Amino acid sequence: MGIEPLEVLLRDHPFFRDLDASDIQFIAGCGRNVVFEPGAYLFREGEEADQLFILRHGRVALEIMVPGRGPVVIDTPEEGEVIGFSWLFAPYRWRFDGRALEHVRAVALDGVCLRGKCEDDPKLGYELMKRFASILVRRLQSARLRVIDMYRP
Amino acid sequence: MTVTTELPEAWQSEPMVPRQYRVVSRRRETHDVVTLALEPLHGRGSPVRPGQFNMLYAFGIGEVPVSISGDPAAAGPIVHSIRAAGLVTRALCDSHPGTVVGLRGPFGTDWGVDTAVGRDLVIVGGGIGLAPLRPVIYSVLANRERYGRVSVLIGARSPADLLYTAELQNWRSRFDLDVRVTVDVAGGTWRGPVGIVTELIPRASFDPRSAIAFVCGPEIMIRFAARSLVDHGLDPANIRVSLERNMKCAIGLCGHCQLGSEFVCRDGPVFTYARVGRLLAIQEV
Repeated sequence: MGIEPLEVLLRDHPFFRDLDASDIQFIAGCGRNVVFEPGAYLFREGEEADQLFILRHGRVALEIMVPGRGPVVIDTPEEGEVIGFSWLFAPYRWRFDGRALEHVRAVALDGVCLRGKCEDDPKLGYELMKRFASILVRRLQSARLRVIDMYRP
Repeated sequence: MTVTTELPEAWQSEPMVPRQYRVVSRRRETHDVVTLALEPLHGRGSPVRPGQFNMLYAFGIGEVPVSISGDPAAAGPIVHSIRAAGLVTRALCDSHPGTVVGLRGPFGTDWGVDTAVGRDLVIVGGGIGLAPLRPVIYSVLANRERYGRVSVLIGARSPADLLYTAELQNWRSRFDLDVRVTVDVAGGTWRGPVGIVTELIPRASFDPRSAIAFVCGPEIMIRFAARSLVDHGLDPANIRVSLERNMKCAIGLCGHCQLGSEFVCRDGPVFTYARVGRLLAIQEV
């Protein structure tokens, strides 16, 4: 089995569904294939956030170290989802650790490159922002429901 | 679904009088949930259907509604999983083999599993809400070939709060059952998903035009799960939810469990979302 071009990998990913082929080709210019073994960190809290990960396979734990409790997992994006929004906003630092729970295959998009393309093509930038916003809203709703602690007696 | 306004024969004259049952086994599921198997001291127990509930009486303390969580087709004791949340449930959880408790029932509507034949099924359980759904899973597995794709989506507060973990492992090992488990919060050793149970719905495989969903858990979870299922194309009439209210008489007389015009004990506990969805969003009821 040959290595599929990034354009194909991105086209087949739900995040880029129905995006113009030319736009996907444009975005693929910022990407590279990456692989992480279980336990490996995609990124660490406080490091420069310069990538967006398009998950193709595997599950990642977004976690934060809580003194006295150890790492607490706050979300687990998996195949078909994306990880990383810190590259979008200054100061471009990761807020959490991202640790592979399984063998993870992803396309890593360079954040600076992607920001540049969004600036150059506002129509594409707006389309991507809508998609990012949709994910952020869903995660915000999830976080709000967990704050309620709905299973509490 | 079957509305069980007609009481079991033995109870038609005295539905408010509890019968004596003996605890024959006790199994600790989590730090606050215990599963009790009960057998009648005299005579035989009444037949039950998945989704129905009994009123369990801790003598001298009080009575609470508890869903049936065992296999309705199995001969032998009747099984209830109880979460220690108040005086009565704590007393029931603290009982041990040999303890005698009171039991009235079974009461209420059932899940109507037989009416879902030929359809894809989406079973969504959160926390102790998995207990009333376990009989559905037993029934479906006993006649697996009669149903389409079956997804079981389970949410819990933490990995330590997951019920029936041995059975979960067993169900997950089957190729004809898609079992997904998520927890609200986990430590670094948890390898499964973290998030609310509704987030599992987009990952399940079902035909939204005909699938039947069974949903049970905290009421807020039911609301969000049902909305998510509707967003994914399910008809509210095909979403069945089991509600919990302050049941007292269990036969639709006292009104303690009333939800608008519905008596949850008599008209429920299993309703279609089409019937009660609007009521769930009204704070005053």
